[in-house]
Amino acid sequence: MGLFFFMDVSGQLARDFLWPECMGLKSRGEKSLITMNENAPSGSANRGQRTAAQVGAPQGLGSHSPKQGEIMTGAQAVIASLEAEGVDYVFGYPGGQALKIYDALYDSKQITHILARHEQGAVHEADGYARATGRPGVVIVTSGPGATNTVTGIATAYMDSVPLIVVTGQVPRAVIGTDSFQESDIVGITMPVVKHSYLLQSVDELTTVFREAFHIATTGRPGPVLIDIPSDLASEKLVFDYPDEVSLPSYKPTYKGNMKQIRQAVARIEEAHQPVLYVGGGIIISDATDELTALAELMEIPVVTTLMGKGAFPASHPLNLGPVGMHGSKYANLAMTESDLIIACGARFSDRVTGKLSQFAPHADVIHIDIDPAEIGKIREAQIPIVGDLKGVLAGIVSALVKRNSQPNDAPWIERVNVWRKRYPFYHSDIKEKPDEIVPELVLETLSDKLDPQKSIVVTEVGQHQMWATQFIERERPRSFLSSGGLGTMGFGFPAAIGAAIGRPDCTVVCIAGDGSFQMNTQEMATAAINGVPVKVLIMDNRCLDMVHQWQKLFYKGRYSETLLDPIPDFVKLTAAYDWEGERIENPADLDAALDRMLNSDVPYLLDVAISRDQNVYPMVAPGSGLNEVMGAIDVAVGAVRTDMPDSFAASPAPSPCAQIDAQFGGRWESDPFDTGARIGQRNADGSLVTDEEGVLKKQAHRSKQTAQPDSESKEGGRS
Amino acid sequence: MRHILSVLVDNKPGVLSRVTGLISRRGFNIESLSVGPTEDVTLSHLTAVVNADDVAYEQITKQLHKLISVYKITDLTDVDAIERELVLYKVNAVPERRNEIIEIANIFRAKIVDVGRTSLTIEATGDESKLKGLEDLFRAYGIKEIVRTGKIALSRNSKD
Ligand SMILES: Cc1ncc(C[n+]2csc(CCOP(=O)(O)OP(=O)(O)O)c2C)c(N)n1
Ligand SMILES: [Mg+2]
Repeated sequence: MGLFFFMDVSGQLARDFLWPECMGLKSRGEKSLITMNENAPSGSANRGQRTAAQVGAPQGLGSHSPKQGEIMTGAQAVIASLEAEGVDYVFGYPGGQALKIYDALYDSKQITHILARHEQGAVHEADGYARATGRPGVVIVTSGPGATNTVTGIATAYMDSVPLIVVTGQVPRAVIGTDSFQESDIVGITMPVVKHSYLLQSVDELTTVFREAFHIATTGRPGPVLIDIPSDLASEKLVFDYPDEVSLPSYKPTYKGNMKQIRQAVARIEEAHQPVLYVGGGIIISDATDELTALAELMEIPVVTTLMGKGAFPASHPLNLGPVGMHGSKYANLAMTESDLIIACGARFSDRVTGKLSQFAPHADVIHIDIDPAEIGKIREAQIPIVGDLKGVLAGIVSALVKRNSQPNDAPWIERVNVWRKRYPFYHSDIKEKPDEIVPELVLETLSDKLDPQKSIVVTEVGQHQMWATQFIERERPRSFLSSGGLGTMGFGFPAAIGAAIGRPDCTVVCIAGDGSFQMNTQEMATAAINGVPVKVLIMDNRCLDMVHQWQKLFYKGRYSETLLDPIPDFVKLTAAYDWEGERIENPADLDAALDRMLNSDVPYLLDVAISRDQNVYPMVAPGSGLNEVMGAIDVAVGAVRTDMPDSFAASPAPSPCAQIDAQFGGRWESDPFDTGARIGQRNADGSLVTDEEGVLKKQAHRSKQTAQPDSESKEGGRS
Repeated sequence: MRHILSVLVDNKPGVLSRVTGLISRRGFNIESLSVGPTEDVTLSHLTAVVNADDVAYEQITKQLHKLISVYKITDLTDVDAIERELVLYKVNAVPERRNEIIEIANIFRAKIVDVGRTSLTIEATGDESKLKGLEDLFRAYGIKEIVRTGKIALSRNSKD
């Protein structure tokens, strides 16, 4: 059998090719091949095949539930259904129309309920649990405000294809439509952001609805399913009869790829000279890392990952070029641009990845593999479309390639990619510009080195810190990097980290947060404390909505409208209020030990790391630009400086105040890549102090009406 | 380009808004819409006319297919299909011109369904060109009101 044959040769798939060592550089593939072999495909029993649970069968006892045949109320049947589905944790918040369900929950021995402190938190927690474990997250809330508070969480899960079951209490059927107390049409409100939803009409359909909901949420392209339960049904009696099967003639996801298209793909891959595997979250959902790795190794194809695809392919693997797109590496973006074949695996050509479409990968044919046919051809035409489950499709492609004894013919391409990789690292120690300030890139790099990739999960909020985390936290396995990719929801990360820690108690869970994002769901500190969830929160504290600030700096002439957060609350005092532990650091020398203290703590822990708000995330592809127009990438060929900085700094008619200031501070980052001199306030080599001779700071202070504060000021003004 | 979409859906509350919501959410205007139960009471038939280029149209149908409530989508634009719509016209008709209008209606096999002191109400069924033709002729008299059911369609070459 083809699959067996493939497994036999898989050991030698890691063909010998010399990967350049990138000394002193921060880049993918720095590590040797040793880790790679650990991660190389080893004959796992179900290569290319899925388990029963993966195709939507109950993960619990289903019809064998001990409650089968019992007479009970609707509310009890809700809990019994969740039990039959094997649910262990439920996240939620009670209220009037959910009272009966909560009353039934009181008797459950199987289900632990985590009481969030806001329904949005509950949904993100369930989401984090689902992303970390691969099992559906379950939420119970009440009607009206309880239900509407779930909307952002549901939309977040929907955009990132996360399986959720959201049970909402509803007013009794008799008063639906009368604007009764705490009535909201949650089915209507959430229609655009759910995979499916139900307004329960009778207790007769209750168990079928739950079975269908779990099936739909977890199969095909997963997503949230909402079940709205009028409270009168919760007290009606029924005989509990849980089905194992579903009958959904209108819902039949295509798992098996079309053989003809797979053969076409195989032939096209054999011909490719500059192929790239473009990997999204689909690989993780499909549990297809082994198959992906086998294909990459067999044909020596470099891999780029989207935000959702991070972890789908080991960071240490020499073929991993890491993040692609707006804040991806210049080498990954160059590889995309120059490629002659893109094999898109569970990725959807998001605008954050492609940049300007007309300039995106102009020479490439596309093989697009996705279980959702609507993604194929939506943004970029696919020469070879394959609808199917990646695990099976990739296994099929690999076994066909092995059978045909196909050989990679892209050695010059790999060589070129490696030259780029060496030349444009994410970070270079020469670029360190202020010795007394903590460099965000180094914080995350240091953290990454301290984490055991097999036993840790990193969750992010949204902003600059998220992009640095994507660039610098190395992940070796799927489901170990969780981030709100599609919706970009500030406030997602922290509750999601709590959910992840509950789902994977064996892992250290670190939430990398921004000071802005963390304040969106701070109340969940109580949830973590009370449930003893030892989640770690590392705040990259720039007292600023810095991602937006960066855009204002780059594209709005430094008009910093409403992005400064000063004065920020004292997060360390907050830890005391919630019975957490924590500390703040401002000095680079304290970083290492502080990270150790955080990681060694076995209680919820907050580390507030002061960083400058004048940092920018680079490299960057400006919105509306092509992937080939990367700005701010470090180029070691010209002395490890950032290059191709935006024109607005050098020559805009009214340069942004920030641009001038940045130019004053040495100018390396902003306008003049060759100026490596000291900055205002720093000492020259001869010990003399660099002063603001041209009075740029003063001039700018006059010009700017706004509170736009230069770096030097914000340093003192940090904490008052 | 105009597309006639024939969609078989669950006959359940909310399904219409799922379908129309999806179409409008993706940026398309529904020009005409009609819904009714089918020979199978658990299913409804929905006919929608939308204006979209081919790529966009493909995207709408793929997205519609993803709705759990949608069973089948047929594009009746290019296939040989029977298209019908029912229209009620209320036309200005002073007594001395009534006969002219009735004559026009007869030629088009339309029915006079109500006669007022100064108006006639005419019911007509047909495809788009016929109804457009009638409307143009009635305009000369002044049309007070038009209501239409929206288009329904069936493919001719059905296998059964
Ligand atoms: C709920 C929500 N509101 C607004 C935004 C827009 N937004 C994106 S990043 C950002 C700033 C985030 O600030 P912070 O969490 O401090 O992160 P930083 O960029 O400073 O690292 C904002 C406001 C968003 N993504 N989500
Ligand atoms: Mg911030």
